Amino acid sequence: MKGMTLIVKTISDFVVAFIVVFGAYIVLYGHLTPGGGFSGGVIIACAFILLMLAHGKDVAFSKLSERAAHILDSAGAIAFLVIGWIGVVGGFFFLNVFGRGEQFRLLSSGMILPANIAIAFKVGSSLFLVFSALAIFRRRSFRSMIEDELP
Amino acid sequence: MNAVPLFVAIPLGAAFLIPLFGLWWKKSGEVLATLSTLVLAVMAISSIGAPAVTHHMGGWAPPVGIALVSDGLAILLLIAVNVIGFLCLVYSLKYMQVYSGLPKYYSLFMLMVAGMNGVVVSGDLFNLYVFLEIASIASYALVAFGVEADELEAGFKYLVLGSVASVMILFAVGTVYAVTGTLNMADAAREISTRFGGPEMNPALLLAAALFLMGFSLKAALVPFHAWLPDAHPSAPAPISAMLSGVVIKSLGVYAICRVFFHVFGFMPGVTSSVILANIMIWFSVLSIVFGGLLAVGQWDLKRLLAYSSVGQIGYVMLGIGVGARVLATGGPRSLAGLAILGGLFHLLNHAAFKSLLFLASGAIQQATGTRDMKQMGGLKERMPITAMTTNIAALSIAGVPPFAGFWSKLIIIFAAVKAGLLVVSFIAIAMAFVTLVYYVKLQREVLFGTVRGAVENAREVPALMYVPLIILAIFCVGFGLLYPVLGYRILEPARDALLNGAEYIKLVLG
Repeated sequence: MKGMTLIVKTISDFVVAFIVVFGAYIVLYGHLTPGGGFSGGVIIACAFILLMLAHGKDVAFSKLSERAAHILDSAGAIAFLVIGWIGVVGGFFFLNVFGRGEQFRLLSSGMILPANIAIAFKVGSSLFLVFSALAIFRRRSFRSMIEDELP
Repeated sequence: MNAVPLFVAIPLGAAFLIPLFGLWWKKSGEVLATLSTLVLAVMAISSIGAPAVTHHMGGWAPPVGIALVSDGLAILLLIAVNVIGFLCLVYSLKYMQVYSGLPKYYSLFMLMVAGMNGVVVSGDLFNLYVFLEIASIASYALVAFGVEADELEAGFKYLVLGSVASVMILFAVGTVYAVTGTLNMADAAREISTRFGGPEMNPALLLAAALFLMGFSLKAALVPFHAWLPDAHPSAPAPISAMLSGVVIKSLGVYAICRVFFHVFGFMPGVTSSVILANIMIWFSVLSIVFGGLLAVGQWDLKRLLAYSSVGQIGYVMLGIGVGARVLATGGPRSLAGLAILGGLFHLLNHAAFKSLLFLASGAIQQATGTRDMKQMGGLKERMPITAMTTNIAALSIAGVPPFAGFWSKLIIIFAAVKAGLLVVSFIAIAMAFVTLVYYVKLQREVLFGTVRGAVENAREVPALMYVPLIILAIFCVGFGLLYPVLGYRILEPARDALLNGAEYIKLVLG
């Protein structure tokens, strides 16, 4: 059986959904409450990392493949840059040209919300990729490395 | 809107588009990176002689918002970074074909360019740190790009020492913020000169200055902080070695020292710590000139010899800057300080041209002969005439043979040092200029001339995509010397004036 014990698997299956929802909340309310794209993205990535720890990397990759993570990673960064470019319409890079909306509502403060979402995609998928790279990395003992060097 | 943010936005966009397109389109890296570096190089060249401008990010005026500043000094560095970057990228198109994972290479290359351009145009201390980290982290990965054991070791060593430097710089940024309450460089400079003026510098600011000097010296590989360079520069692929030695150590190290010390802290007559800081700069540069030069003589690995030579030559650049700082701090004539700084900046530009040429040529030689060991070479002139001739021009220029560009810049630096009364320092600089000649004569004798032997027997000239950048850089090596009146007036003198007039910078940014 791959991954950890049945207890760990059951519990992590149960909490993963809550972690993703909490992460999404942190991202979406980043401009109103503490948090934002970076911290929300990290929390969402943690859900996938928990899946990988509990079930092994195959199950985690079936939810979010490495290729999809790469695409989200680059797309998030490009989206952030595009948001910066939109400001050029008003004469300055990153100028907040969208409507500010009513204060303390979800759809307010112009481009801060889309920027937070872009950062969340970038940070979340990069962190997932970093962890999966560590998981895929085949362990090579120090002794075998020394033996390779010997004649 | 002015074009300053494009210097960061274009390479950053290319860096993230390349891996995305690379999933479907194998040539995405080559095409997008060539296009964007070409656009950047054209933009940098067309900004020659442009007036100094600032761009307020998001429309927020400094000191509240983040400002991007392009003045004479920034334009000088932008030209060096983007033109050398374009030539190294053209060279990579052919050279890197033997490697795998090319979209990653081009993506990291563009990130490194974005980081360096960001450092150069940033008007904000914390943003300077962030861009410095972007460029540094991309270069750690690029040094280890070959993923052989010694390349990984060199990359790791570079990573550890580079991170130490970054922590120092971050701590210094924090200290300046704690004391002055601002991160904008112009605003911090105004706060320091108005609130903390006087014969004794505020001790917290002195700590920040020491940490900045140490961190940036490590990035610039000045002795005694040079230990990473002789491992990292030879291990990287040749175009990356050329970028690292040609522009990275200058934009992250020398440029940052210039900007922070001349503009934020300022060298005032009558301030004791100013004299001490200027003297430390001169000591570091003299140590670099001596140790870099002497250690290069004994090397038989071609790229390692060039790497030690970089340590020595960056010493000459910093000597010019340091002498200028000392003259300002001791209340000497401003024209003399300007002369010393001009010599340093001129040598910076020359070194960018000839050292990147030498590293690119060493990559061509390595690919044609399969070795970097100078003992196994000889008579390269017969088999690879273009590479050999361009290498020869760069070697003569860096060794300070007239009428090549390297002679004039060293002459100006030494002349300024003599006029400033630093006779021992100028004597050492002259003596070590001869040592530079010694090890480049060794390179000529062992590699370029003589009978064809060893690994050179079966070598053939490299393809045109690799030797055309060499020829262009060789033209720079000759042209910078002969066309000095034009070059100096249009590029170097605005950069010198920008460094000398800290008050102008404050007025430019804060309005």
